[in-house]
Amino acid sequence: MSKTRVLIAKPGLDGHDVGAKLVCRALMEAGMEVVYTGLRQSPEAIARAAAQEAVDVVGLSILSGAHVPLARKVKEALRAQKVDDVLLVVGGNIPRCDHEQLRALGVDAVFPTGTDFDAIVGFIQERRSA
Amino acid sequence: MSAQGKDVRPVVWESGLEIKPVYTTADVARTGGLDGVGEPGEFPFTRGIHPLMYRRQPWTMRQYSGFGTATETRERFEFLIARGQTGLNVAFDLPTQCGLDSDDPMAEGEIGRVGMAVDTLADMEEAFEGIDLDAISVSMTINGAAVPIMAMYFAMADKRGYSLERLRGTAQNDILKEFIGRGTWIFPVEHSMRLVGDTIEFCAKHAPRYSPVSVCGYHIRESGATPAQEMAYGLAIAQAYFDHVLSRGLDVDAFAGGLSFNFDIHGNLWEQVAKFRAGRRLWAKIVKERYGAKNPRSMQLRMIAGGGGGGLTIEQPENNIARGAYYALASALSGTQTMALCCYDEAYTIPSEHAAELALRTMQILMLEIGACDTVDPLAGSWFVESTTNEMEAKILAILGEVEASGGIVRAVAEGRVQAAVNRQAYEHERRVARGEIPKVGVNVLRDEGAEEHPVELHPYREDKARAQIERLGKVRRERDDRQVRALLERVRHAAGAGENVMPPVIDAVRAYASVGEVCGALKDVFGSYHEPIRF
Repeated sequence: MSKTRVLIAKPGLDGHDVGAKLVCRALMEAGMEVVYTGLRQSPEAIARAAAQEAVDVVGLSILSGAHVPLARKVKEALRAQKVDDVLLVVGGNIPRCDHEQLRALGVDAVFPTGTDFDAIVGFIQERRSA
Repeated sequence: MSAQGKDVRPVVWESGLEIKPVYTTADVARTGGLDGVGEPGEFPFTRGIHPLMYRRQPWTMRQYSGFGTATETRERFEFLIARGQTGLNVAFDLPTQCGLDSDDPMAEGEIGRVGMAVDTLADMEEAFEGIDLDAISVSMTINGAAVPIMAMYFAMADKRGYSLERLRGTAQNDILKEFIGRGTWIFPVEHSMRLVGDTIEFCAKHAPRYSPVSVCGYHIRESGATPAQEMAYGLAIAQAYFDHVLSRGLDVDAFAGGLSFNFDIHGNLWEQVAKFRAGRRLWAKIVKERYGAKNPRSMQLRMIAGGGGGGLTIEQPENNIARGAYYALASALSGTQTMALCCYDEAYTIPSEHAAELALRTMQILMLEIGACDTVDPLAGSWFVESTTNEMEAKILAILGEVEASGGIVRAVAEGRVQAAVNRQAYEHERRVARGEIPKVGVNVLRDEGAEEHPVELHPYREDKARAQIERLGKVRRERDDRQVRALLERVRHAAGAGENVMPPVIDAVRAYASVGEVCGALKDVFGSYHEPIRF
């Protein structure tokens, strides 16, 4: 199987990028190819990057609390770019009571702050080989 | 020397200092002696910047607060003041911090979420209505959009009859650290530096009691720096502002006393104490020897210290109350001027009233019940504390030397090198926590496996308040003199392009109710926007 390609994106205005960059590094160490968008990306720009880079996974990092509206808009933008078959995962400051709602929007997994990197790597590898 | 044997586990602080089980007078001599300790209130201020410190005046308590609209924020301010808080620290929402109006498409879902929404002077007026600006000092956590927000604060104060000449307060306005951590930059690095310079120059000339910049090691530490790096990068950034302002021909004593600092407290208690005592001493020497300052006030490292968000955990959130108390103690033992504590629920949400009150009470109990204010720098003269203060000073100085040798902090930030170094370290730290080498109670030791849902009350996002804010902005736009606003924004563009100080025209523009987004838009027309270097 070809190398897994991942886009890590910071949607919205949240400037907390420590976690996003840590996850980038962990995925790279696990042998994946990672593209990081940098801060303040619009949902449309994220979907375009996902299409252009032909990624298998899109990971959103959100710590401002705006995860539900942002995930919804990214999902719509991915659909508009016809790349909504990618795995969509969300990480950051995501309270447990919102996980269900995110999954209902089409998010494949939620990795709240403190999640072990190995769990993220494991999830992606498992879904890719399924 | 049996205690130094192989049977004790090694202790190494995050900053790299190896800690002995026992310290003696020989360690003090080995590390540089006691010559640099001095007296409180005297150069080099190791023991504190005032002769009597908390015996004369305890620290100011200044909790970071603000959410929703200006009205909701004022209610929280009043709640805290009524419970004995002695300073305010305003949190702005992300659109405001990024220089966008509430009706900008990028603002959707973020209006009033992590702080108060401010679009125009009308919001600033509403936020402080009825609050006596002489009786309580106001600090504003604003960086990228500091120019219009400071201008609004000055315009608001002036309209209410406070003279700029006497107005006290602080703006965070430390843009260099925003490129390293926190991320509310707007303009490219060199233009951002120039705007900070404009605010410092403006305050030196017109608002001498206002602190235009609070240099933040805090967020660099939160991004993964060690305590020694936090202090070193902070001091390097402060020097970059000094160099910039001096190049405009200002005298160092005309502005140096206006700069203050903001540092983080979490992790090892003694390491924090050494960091602050060493940092104060080093800064005094730098300002005196390198910049030739004559006024002792210019040499004083004044600070807010507290936090420490990075130490709090989502797991077992009530443990954060205990952590906060220890951080407050570390802060007092370090001789801070102002203290703020993260609330126990802050790892999840905007603090509830209850959590905010608990944090305030934590500081008050420390101040009133347990003798933290009894005497100045109570740890002075401890062989351990003086030795580690000496060693920490050498450590910080070495990092400062590395920064300088590699072309200075501004270049290192513009090229993304500091960011990459800090990020690598954050990764190593996370890995060590995951392996259990760095214990975190409730996270990698003493976990509560059965716990399902955390008992924290979540701050709701109010869609209706966000819509009301957009309507309010529309109303201001309809009622103001649009032609005048356009002309004043043109003057802002002109000043920006001509290298004139932008503060006077921006104050005029916001007085006529130009918005944060319009002022930042005018500046972007001239300066362009920052593009982040992606570097790992």
